Amino acid sequence: MTDAESGADRGIALTGVSLCYGRAAPPVLHELSFAVAGGGFRWLLGASGAGKTSLLRLLTLAVRPSAGALRVLGAAIETTRRADLPPLRRRIGVVFQDFRLLPHLSAFDNVALPLRLAGRPEGQVRADVSEIMRWVGLTRRIDAHPAELSGGEQQRVAIARAVIGRPALLLADEPTGNLDDTQAERLMQLLAELNRLGTTVIVATHNESLVRRHPAEALVLEEGRLVARPDDE
Amino acid sequence: MSERVMSDRTLAAVSLRPRNADDLGLRRALSDRLLPLLVAAMAFLAVLALAGAVAARGLAAHWRSDAAALLTVQVPQPDAPGEAAAAGLSRAAAVERSLAGEPGVLSARRLTADEVSALLGPWLGTDAKILALTLPAVFEVHAAAASVATSLSARLQTMASGTLVEANGVWFNRLGALAGSLQACAALALVLVAFVSTAVVAVATRAGIAARRDAIEIVHGLGATDGMIAGRFAARLTMLTFAGALAGVLGAVPMLLVIASLTAPFSTAPAVGSALAARLPAVLWAALPTLPFAAGCIGWVTAQVTVRAWLSVLP
Repeated sequence: MTDAESGADRGIALTGVSLCYGRAAPPVLHELSFAVAGGGFRWLLGASGAGKTSLLRLLTLAVRPSAGALRVLGAAIETTRRADLPPLRRRIGVVFQDFRLLPHLSAFDNVALPLRLAGRPEGQVRADVSEIMRWVGLTRRIDAHPAELSGGEQQRVAIARAVIGRPALLLADEPTGNLDDTQAERLMQLLAELNRLGTTVIVATHNESLVRRHPAEALVLEEGRLVARPDDE
Repeated sequence: MSERVMSDRTLAAVSLRPRNADDLGLRRALSDRLLPLLVAAMAFLAVLALAGAVAARGLAAHWRSDAAALLTVQVPQPDAPGEAAAAGLSRAAAVERSLAGEPGVLSARRLTADEVSALLGPWLGTDAKILALTLPAVFEVHAAAASVATSLSARLQTMASGTLVEANGVWFNRLGALAGSLQACAALALVLVAFVSTAVVAVATRAGIAARRDAIEIVHGLGATDGMIAGRFAARLTMLTFAGALAGVLGAVPMLLVIASLTAPFSTAPAVGSALAARLPAVLWAALPTLPFAAGCIGWVTAQVTVRAWLSVLP
């Protein structure tokens, strides 16, 4: 996969970005500098504890950088007012490693949540959720709550929730961790389709075979530092 | 094909989103039992405090009117001849006759010599007569209004110069201070009830936040604004506090009616057996319905402030 039509307002850019959890704590990310143009696709690779999840937390605007300049979807995060972040977050889809589904909501309502937060009409919500639930093969499980779903089903609900709003930026943390090969391939087809339509996609994974089957540029982290890109090696 | 048909039916069943959709799971996090119960207790106390304030105000008005209309008339040298206008009468007799015909005077009674001696006892001892002092004649006068004192004093001067008319101003002021104190206590009680209610709602809100922290962080990450999240909490807490206060007010009204019945013989309120609504002052009936709304406002504002303060630490 290669960068599609680039656009500054659909990509990300980091310049000397560091992240510390607390003033006295050592940095978990050290002066990262890279950019992904709008419509780009990147694998995010690295051993456990290398900082992949922290980097994704930065990109999902769950934390602000301790130092450096971070630009997400055209917005300079360090100068963006807090009140302006929610609309930006609605343009970002996230698949969390631990799914982060709301346990008291059905699968349908979990997937519909981003659309409802965006104020979409309920008729449109129904149509869009219906389509995506068919795509992830969970039509018969729409009324089930997360506790009633298997790990793979929960992951598919999380994926459906991340892509339902056709985000400009899609971030996924180990999205195939609980999926069988067939489902993993279906997910990769979905990500590729979104990427083809202009969504910037970054996927953190340990699945080397998946990376081999879907070659693309990669960001490799080691102890919080960007050490190499496979293309550079 | 069968899956498509089935899915359409199932999706149709969930397509009608209820207006009170509970995305944050607040129905379980903010229980409809403990908080309304506490608010009901607070509203019950607020009703009693409010009733106390109204009763204190009514009683004070009653006391004031009685005290202000009670006059004391002192006639020095009571046995000396009166002024020209009272030819042939002693000063005391002239004043007594004038009081009897004075418009605005409901009744007038001359205190006996023993009563006067008893009044002066603290200063002159128990046997004032042996001091050979000429004691003034003292009249206890019930007037229609306190304003009678001024005209009465002028009139009596023409009968017996030096006659004093006292309008019980000291008692008037003391009763006024007492009534003011009672009303201030009742107001303070209302303020305390409001403060405790606010604290109870704040604690409940923080408990709800703690119980739904993950859900809040998830919807925050999905793009929910502070206003959206705080609004969900505020809506739930407004409903709970309103319902609790309504229950508290409804529970307190029967007790107020019983108290009003018991105190009826001691007040100017309508006697027992009159219409139920007339047993309580109209101002109290008007104030009671405002309490649930006031509680709802406390719930809404407290929830908004508490949730927004908590959210402000999120990026």
